[in-house]
Amino acid sequence: MPNFGSKPAPPSADKRWKLVDATMRKTGGNARGLIETLHTVQEAVGFLDEEALRYVALSLRVPLSQAYGVATFYHFFTLKPGGKHTCVICLGTACYIKGSQHLLDAMQQTLHIAPGETTVDGEVSVLTARCLGSCGLAPAVVYDQEVAGKVDAAALRAHLEKWIPHDS
Amino acid sequence: MRRRCARIWRNGYRMTPEELDEIARKEREAQRSFARRVNVCVAAGCLSCQGDALRDALTKEAASRGAEDRYHVKGVGCLGLCSEGPLVSTSTGQLYQRVSAADAGAIIDSLEGQPVERLLCSMDTPFFRRQKKIVLENSGIIDPERIEEYIAQNGYHALVKALTEMTPQQVIAEITNSGLRGRGGAGYPTGLKWSTVAKAVGGQKYVVCNADEGDPGAFMDRSVLESDPHRVLEGMLIAAYAVGASEGYIYVRAEYPLAIKRLKIAIRHAERFGLLGANICGMGFNLHIDLRLGAGAFVCGEETALIASIEGKRGTPRPRPPYPAMEGLLGQPTLINNVETYANVPPILRNGGAWYAQIGTEKSKGTKVFALAGRVRNTGLVEVPMGISLREMVFEIGGGIPDGKQFKAVQTGGPSGGCLPAETLDMPVDYESLARAGSIMGSGGMIVMDETSCMVDVAKYFMDFCMTESCGKCIPCRVGTYQMHRILSAITNMSATEQNLRLLEELCDLVKHTSLCGLGQSAPNPVLSTLKYFIAEYREHVREHKCPAGVCGKEIPEKVGA
Repeated sequence: MPNFGSKPAPPSADKRWKLVDATMRKTGGNARGLIETLHTVQEAVGFLDEEALRYVALSLRVPLSQAYGVATFYHFFTLKPGGKHTCVICLGTACYIKGSQHLLDAMQQTLHIAPGETTVDGEVSVLTARCLGSCGLAPAVVYDQEVAGKVDAAALRAHLEKWIPHDS
Repeated sequence: MRRRCARIWRNGYRMTPEELDEIARKEREAQRSFARRVNVCVAAGCLSCQGDALRDALTKEAASRGAEDRYHVKGVGCLGLCSEGPLVSTSTGQLYQRVSAADAGAIIDSLEGQPVERLLCSMDTPFFRRQKKIVLENSGIIDPERIEEYIAQNGYHALVKALTEMTPQQVIAEITNSGLRGRGGAGYPTGLKWSTVAKAVGGQKYVVCNADEGDPGAFMDRSVLESDPHRVLEGMLIAAYAVGASEGYIYVRAEYPLAIKRLKIAIRHAERFGLLGANICGMGFNLHIDLRLGAGAFVCGEETALIASIEGKRGTPRPRPPYPAMEGLLGQPTLINNVETYANVPPILRNGGAWYAQIGTEKSKGTKVFALAGRVRNTGLVEVPMGISLREMVFEIGGGIPDGKQFKAVQTGGPSGGCLPAETLDMPVDYESLARAGSIMGSGGMIVMDETSCMVDVAKYFMDFCMTESCGKCIPCRVGTYQMHRILSAITNMSATEQNLRLLEELCDLVKHTSLCGLGQSAPNPVLSTLKYFIAEYREHVREHKCPAGVCGKEIPEKVGA
């Protein structure tokens, strides 16, 4: 039986929960801060697991269903841990017109996964973006936070292969 | 300068008009003390071509010549021509394109000698000559992370003028006279919206800036926020004063980390200078602005969904009325405007509504920032007076279609807009003309397509977007977009019939007229406009099982990019 009177204890003694607590305090510690808090959790931990959602929901006094609803409604939140490296392929209009579909095909041939998935060895996650706003440089790809413009299939493949361990 | 600022911050200084002038004067003097200035674009486009490394290399080169106090190297916002980045402009009047860190020495050497010919980018082209910069006037000139530079460009003078010389009613009258209309896409008269919120009865009012630029192919708001964040804050401050709000939110996409970072810096600086917070300029006017990060939902650009998202809920829209102007955030009267709308406010107050109303067409006043992209030579950010023709946009400013290809269509307004063919090229770009042609102004994305694009495939692309982004609250949008996408997929697979085409048209009509919010109501636009102008292409897919552009139903060739 959860105790609604006092503040719940964080899932672990990890210092990162202090950041989460700080965001909750800053946004008033109520349901209005839910999205901001989930942003902080994702930034600190990398993804939102059930434990984290339960903790946030209980702390902000919102039903777990609402926290889960928000976490799944917005594309930015992910419930699964990502790979060591992340590759985001932009599928905005300008990139699409300039052939981002070919980049997706090249990625699939190289890594054998679909967008949104992570390779079995946990090395690379591939995501797609609606638009990165780098339309002047279409087609654009983000490799681990770094935007690369005017990417072609060969360049993408070369970059992805660098991330795959070769001894396996 | 720095010591003086420290004093201001310590004492919680109340900025007076004289103080503001003093800061502007000092900053201009400091800038004049440099013999030469070098501006390096560090907006997102050029950053992704290592613009920051270039800036550091230039700073180092200047230092290695012992000329740090003569040459001033700084990072600035967007210089416009993103396709030729990284860009560097110098106070000797040159613009250099595709500069790499290895060129830094040559550029520093050229400051008191001959320009570096091989990197020169001509400024005497229609891309630069045809533009009229109001929103982007500081873009590429000031360092977006320093408030003093904004103040030196007459920044916050409009706010001080409004607070000290004008009543809220006079501010609204000035905006109404200017004829400014919402730049988010729908084009609702800004003055009218402001006066509705001002008249609304309620204890706490809010101002909200919609910076959830979700349209794929649009990056105007991102550039404004990255290049000139104080401009948006000043616009919000003036709006809050006019409508009587004391709390504000900027709802910005989490996908724009640089814009978020610069906004946070701008808010902190404005607070330290007493231009944001409590008792601004000692006039008893308060405004606190907070950031709220979007989390990747296109529907949150719709104002009621945006409000739900600021409240920490799922971003689903609700029926209007009541409009947010009466019942918005937490049930209180709320003013919601787009980034570009707010950015237009300070120059209108500085120069007067009549000045602004001279620019543009009869019903669409002022300028509009467009993000030009796709199959066109010059891609980047341009600001042009309303009423310019599409032909001028594509062939003069855009420099035409590369690789000897033929122009096919220009797409405006993102997933809510339409594709306009060559016949419409002479049409003026304003709210009414675009709507008549079956598209919308939208937030300002303009994507040019050539003969290698299949219009059915493009319609399918946008429908896929709307289908995935539909929030699922109302059935016409949730189910209708799915069914339309299925038919469009069948057409591109060459398995559709004439009957499917008729059904597609019927569905467009149904979804357009029965959906709850703008997302569903405008989702059929890309299909309707392509059906209107490119019906022959649809028929060829259906009757002859052929794709004239060679995109659909066959193996995709290896070569990509341009």
